[in-house]
Amino acid sequence: MSGSKIISVAACLVAAVMLTGPAYAEEAGIFDEYRAMFGDDNPAIFVIEEGEEFWFASQGPKQATLESCDLGLGPGVVDGAYARLPRYFKDVDRVMDVEARLRFCMQELQGRTPEEVDDHPYSLRGDLGTEMEALVAWLAEKSRDLPIAPGQEHDKEREAYALGEAVFYYRAGPHDFSCATCHGQEGMRIRLQALPDLTTHEGAAVAYSGWPAYRISEGVVRTMGWRMRDCFRQQRFPLLDMGSDVTVALQTYLAVTAAGAPMAAPGLKR
Amino acid sequence: MKIKITFVLWLAGCIGFVQAEDMSSALNAGFKSINQVGLDRLEQDPLQAFCSKPREESGDAAVAAELRETAMASVVLPGNGDYLGSWERGQQVANNGKGLQYSDNPEEANGGNCYACHQLDPAEVAYGNLGPSLTNYGARGQSDVMLQYTWTKLWNTHAYNVCSHMPRFGAQGILTEQQLKDVMAFLFDPDSPVNNLAE
Ligand code: HEC
Ligand code: HEC
Repeated sequence: MSGSKIISVAACLVAAVMLTGPAYAEEAGIFDEYRAMFGDDNPAIFVIEEGEEFWFASQGPKQATLESCDLGLGPGVVDGAYARLPRYFKDVDRVMDVEARLRFCMQELQGRTPEEVDDHPYSLRGDLGTEMEALVAWLAEKSRDLPIAPGQEHDKEREAYALGEAVFYYRAGPHDFSCATCHGQEGMRIRLQALPDLTTHEGAAVAYSGWPAYRISEGVVRTMGWRMRDCFRQQRFPLLDMGSDVTVALQTYLAVTAAGAPMAAPGLKR
Repeated sequence: MKIKITFVLWLAGCIGFVQAEDMSSALNAGFKSINQVGLDRLEQDPLQAFCSKPREESGDAAVAAELRETAMASVVLPGNGDYLGSWERGQQVANNGKGLQYSDNPEEANGGNCYACHQLDPAEVAYGNLGPSLTNYGARGQSDVMLQYTWTKLWNTHAYNVCSHMPRFGAQGILTEQQLKDVMAFLFDPDSPVNNLAE
């Protein structure tokens, strides 16, 4: 199946789903069929290619590439780097996830401003996709099939895990929700959307290994950082900052819970 | 009373190995206010703090009892014992999942999002299961006890179950008194689809 054909079939199916309105059952069914139709094809493939191009593109005031960015395995090493994140970085003395690290490299190596880098990290529904999403998709692909192995040797890595666990159970806001409200028991669902139990290895592994993911309902690649932000929106919290200690801590908690399972991203999600 | 609340805060101050002030500074540094949603949303009241323990660790029983009593005492019953509004409007409230997210329009009424967690009208297949099925709820009858119990559950669910996962629709101002009456009618009215089992 050619690339443009995949995209147009996707658009039609999404349109068909929208037309059926609140028929959630049909929606769930049609997404399953659609997913099966893809087989091993995932529209994220085009985004992965784009990510590679961004890595080698000269950008910013310094007109530099990201080629010497150190993602934890040494400058420029991309193979297997994603699966080892989040981890402690000595040069900044903090734990970083992939987005925090890329953000850092864009500023250090390319001389870009935090304002520019943070301006529009995640695409809006129907957008073409952002540089951050493309880079993360490419990097995740470079860790495909490798075991999830976040750092837990350094004190700060263990602190990040403890903070992540505490945030996971932290109830606040008008609805009193925490992550655990929706993701703390097995076999639960909201409306018809299945909710993985992220406190177990099995649940966290399925969820964590598949992000970043191409989201069929939105037609774009989404990152784990976006997933955290959007779940906090549903939790009635304010806007989560990309690369913040809170998002790094939560992803550390999830990655450690999922550790050992093979990466399978970019995945394909509802 | 004041002493007891201070005690709760002290107990909640140590979440695993994370101190409350570390948590609070990480949260405040990690979020930005947006649209109608400010950083005040990140602060916990004593009940939320008590119910944030990892892995459902049960807290101190005396503190739990105190919080339950406080929740019960705060419940505002509707004027002149008039509990039931219109089930048709209540159905809309139960179906509506919007409200209080930064992506929601604050000019529009909040929903109750009951279907996210409960089965209600048996004809609606898209229901979640975080809470028990409420289909045929009206069969429990309309005694004062049942009406007051259900109103209390909706107003502040923690009055019965101290760390319930259900939102406090009345106490937190998510739904108005009229909306609560309408949802009550949706649960109790014999004509409501909730109680209409024959297709
Ligand atoms: C009010 C409900 C709710 C809350 C609170 C919530 N989530 Fe979610 N979460 C969902 C739903 C619904 C989905 C599935 C979305 C979909 O299928 O598109 C989801 C999906 C996810 C996924 C992806 C799962 C997968 O298999 O791909 C992760 C990871 C996740 N949530 C983590 C969190 C974390 C961490 C928090 C707390 C910061 C949180 N969620 C809070 C409702 C919630
Ligand atoms: C986020 C999840 C959630 C939402 C949203 C929610 N509930 Fe609940 N509800 C629960 C849970 C969990 C229970 C059972 C545990 C308990 O009693 O606290 C429950 C219990 C109840 C009960 C008591 C049932 C019994 O057998 O005594 C009633 C009545 C009820 N809910 C009504 C509603 C209505 C009406 C709405 C919408 C306005 C609603 N709930 C929204 C989670 C939820």
